Amino acid sequence: MNDQEGNNPERPDGDVNKPEGEVAKVKRGLQALAGGWRKCDTTGMPVCLDSQFFIRVNAVFAVIFLLIGGIAAILLALTRWEAFNLLRTDMFYRVLTLHGLNMLIFWILFFEVAILYFASTTLLNAKLFSRKVGWVSLVLMVVGAVMVNWVIFAGQADVLKTSYLPLLAHPGFYLGIILVAVGTLVAVFNFFATLYTAKRDKTYEGSIPLVTFGAMAAAIIAVVTLLHGAVVMIPTFTYSMGWTGEPDPLWYRLIWWGLGHQSQQVNVAAMVAVWYMIATLSTGAKPINEAVSRGAFVLYILFINVASAHHLLVEPGMSSSWKIWNTGYVMYLAVLASMVHGFTIPASVEVAMRSKGHMAGIFGWLKALPWRNPAFSAALLSLIIFGFIGGITGVTLGTQQINIIAHNTLRIPGHFHATVVGGTTLAFMGVAYYVVPLFFRRDFVCRPLARIQPWIFAAGITLMSFGMSFAGSMGVARRTSDIAPAEEAYGAVVHFFLAMVGIGGVLAVLGLLVFVGLVVATVLFGPSNVGRPMKCWGTAVDLGSKGAVRKGKSGSYYTPGTVVLVGIFLTAFVVYYFANWRALADVWPVR
Amino acid sequence: MSLESPKEDWFEPPHGAEKIWIGIALAWCLVMFLMMPYWHLFGQQNTSGETFRVSPRDFEERVDEFVEANQVGELNGVPVVEPPPGGDAFLLGRMWEWYPVLKLRAGETYRIHLSALDLQHGFSLQPLNMNFRAIPGYDYVLTMTPQEPGEYTIVCNEFCGVGHHLMVGKLIVE
Repeated sequence: MNDQEGNNPERPDGDVNKPEGEVAKVKRGLQALAGGWRKCDTTGMPVCLDSQFFIRVNAVFAVIFLLIGGIAAILLALTRWEAFNLLRTDMFYRVLTLHGLNMLIFWILFFEVAILYFASTTLLNAKLFSRKVGWVSLVLMVVGAVMVNWVIFAGQADVLKTSYLPLLAHPGFYLGIILVAVGTLVAVFNFFATLYTAKRDKTYEGSIPLVTFGAMAAAIIAVVTLLHGAVVMIPTFTYSMGWTGEPDPLWYRLIWWGLGHQSQQVNVAAMVAVWYMIATLSTGAKPINEAVSRGAFVLYILFINVASAHHLLVEPGMSSSWKIWNTGYVMYLAVLASMVHGFTIPASVEVAMRSKGHMAGIFGWLKALPWRNPAFSAALLSLIIFGFIGGITGVTLGTQQINIIAHNTLRIPGHFHATVVGGTTLAFMGVAYYVVPLFFRRDFVCRPLARIQPWIFAAGITLMSFGMSFAGSMGVARRTSDIAPAEEAYGAVVHFFLAMVGIGGVLAVLGLLVFVGLVVATVLFGPSNVGRPMKCWGTAVDLGSKGAVRKGKSGSYYTPGTVVLVGIFLTAFVVYYFANWRALADVWPVR
Repeated sequence: MSLESPKEDWFEPPHGAEKIWIGIALAWCLVMFLMMPYWHLFGQQNTSGETFRVSPRDFEERVDEFVEANQVGELNGVPVVEPPPGGDAFLLGRMWEWYPVLKLRAGETYRIHLSALDLQHGFSLQPLNMNFRAIPGYDYVLTMTPQEPGEYTIVCNEFCGVGHHLMVGKLIVE
């Protein structure tokens, strides 16, 4: 392996010899923060202590909810694996409700709030706008999440995550979700207020960094998303209390998915920001074109607020033109954004590697990447799983007509486990390998185990996702405790794929438990790194000889490896997409 | 780097491979977007349907009238109903059965009225794997042309309570 080991500070290229002016700038920033800050022992960046506190607490709660969701996941995997069919029918749906809310809502939202606090303070030399607001947000979110879990455990909310009306849960379920949503909105307010005060006090020069920009995109989408949540959850809560009439079930679905699908786009934006961050930390990559990367984030903001339609393609009520326009993200412009990031991130890494002298052939730079750095491998695997499995399946299944052969089958969880688990969750795990040493100031215990953790998790989730997708292609329904009553229609081979779901699920949860175990053990018992840089995970080696990375008159970057990679991606995309049209043509004519 | 503020004049237009990729990606996005209207014009499988508002009780009554007028037999205690070829057929999802069993003729086109009585249900025709959604209060009219004769299974694929996995119905094509 080529990565540098030992106590080197995690300083990607360019930072080692900071020009004097920059040091002075940081000092000025530090003085401006008089009190309530510390200097990071690894990066030299100022760390706002209020912000550090809330990053820590939100990260801790995030991991607790991840653990609850993970334990639920293993029970579900062993139930859908028909050889075990572990849970009783009623328990299956209770545990499925528990799993969905803790994973998709609580783990992700708490972690995203931590990312927002980080991106708006440390990266901007700024202080958190308000500790009080931070507390209000935290208390609301924790009370709401505990309330929801309480109601589920009490058996009063066996309605799954989506709680489609006319299914009805205990009012505490809706109230808890409302509290979490309001608490998150308060945190988002704190984020924007921090951006504003940082700009006003000129704590940084020029534009905000790309990672902060990505976090801002996520925050803007979060506001739109959470407002949808309020619009749908408040009348449902008042209905469950008997104060108002029943909201229309189709209206509920339309608005609920304004919350449910868009919150996943918050995750996408946050995940992409994390990819950029880890690429920089582990290989020294710089965005090759700020305008393109930022433009892609703007496309997310503009075009993903119509995503609710992805869930309404085979239902009554909406016209076909409405379905096409909305499920197509207007003209797939949000998909374009992801495809742009899918180029710019590997390209920026390739440019960084070539400029360090790794010039051999098209893929010589791949070999020299810091493969043993768990943050890097997590981000890389996240990008591959999100793009190749999650992205391609998502766009295809969300096509108006193709949805006929996919809706509510296991193909759907096969898709979104690749986006939100293999993608977002894995990326967040990766960044935790920096968050814990830098904000809890302890180096990781059992570092060899940490280095393989992302690979275990990624292997499990990939296997499970494939199993779900194949079983779903054969018709197996999602959200079903036992397929025995419908077994004849599916055919015996689905048992093979459902076993894949079980094995993959168990393996993924094993990776999750290793992650949680490492984080908890490190936070409690890890060796302190106060006063010294964090122990390096390994960064790309600089061979010294600067390779030629720009070519031609326009000075465009030389990235042949990335060109080949995106070519493979597009080919896979096109083949999968048209194969599904082909499969659709085989079913009965319907209009 | 992505963690620092870029220099003031960071705007530059994309060039080289990046620019070409943006062009290709945009073209692919447009192809995917146009495939949907294309299939409406030239494809056979579309989800347009017609929708009528109907109270769940009224829909249940219509189903009962339909069964009374067209029943031809019984399968596992559920009436088997043969609608006139090219005519209207009614299918109701309720906890936890699909009612009634429809008997259709291959090659004939039917207007199948799909709705739910109590909760939302998922109409999943197996082993064909065609999926539509039944929502109480909405009469979703799918104009469908069965092809191969045989006995098909209708699975419910939307969670509808503890009996959800038992909600399995039949559809016969002759």
